[in-house]
Amino acid sequence: MAEFVRVKSMMPPGHVRTPAYLRGKRGQIERALGSFFNPEQLAYGHKGETRDLYRVRFTMTEIWGDKAENPDDTVDAEIYAHWLDWEGENHAS
Amino acid sequence: MAKPPDTSIGWTWPGGTSNLRPMTDTIGKRWHDMGGQDAGPVPMDSHDFALWEKRVDALMVLCGAEGLFTVDGLRRALEDMGEEAFEKYSYYERWIAATNQNLIEAGAYTLEELGARMQEIRARGASYGEANDG
Repeated sequence: MAEFVRVKSMMPPGHVRTPAYLRGKRGQIERALGSFFNPEQLAYGHKGETRDLYRVRFTMTEIWGDKAENPDDTVDAEIYAHWLDWEGENHAS
Repeated sequence: MAKPPDTSIGWTWPGGTSNLRPMTDTIGKRWHDMGGQDAGPVPMDSHDFALWEKRVDALMVLCGAEGLFTVDGLRRALEDMGEEAFEKYSYYERWIAATNQNLIEAGAYTLEELGARMQEIRARGASYGEANDG
């Protein structure tokens, strides 16, 4: 069953891996990629704990609105679970 | 002239453009987060790398293998250098600066040691060959 998520729109200063153009946008989980150490902590010399990483698929319309040249084209981005809010039932992340 | 912020693709912030320094740009996206911006032409010319550039690359790999820092730390330091450094310095000049920043933070050497070593190498001669053979 399709899982939909929305990327958190927070803007913390510092090293993050969630591109700004996807923040606040709604996408579909394409696949779970596994757990990895968090680059936001690694960047400052801390290992921390692993986080779940997902490949999320967004439509051009969702990202660019009326400006999308090919509205049905999609872009996949790899985003950590702590940047995602799941729609519907609670997701155990 | 600086381009006005592109507010057409979903991010707006109070006051428009932020002139704050990298680590304190708490409003809006940071300078290096360029996805969705106009990119201009892509330079397709290729070039060979100088020996020192290859060494910088190797140094980064070795430091990673030693657990001194990760590519994440490298990227963080590059981002914190700000947009001016991106315009002003070459790719591997930025890499060696970011590598040095991470090695200082990791305690691999002190600034005192670095300063003394730089002086020592500079004293060998002006050319890369002379400096290298000491």
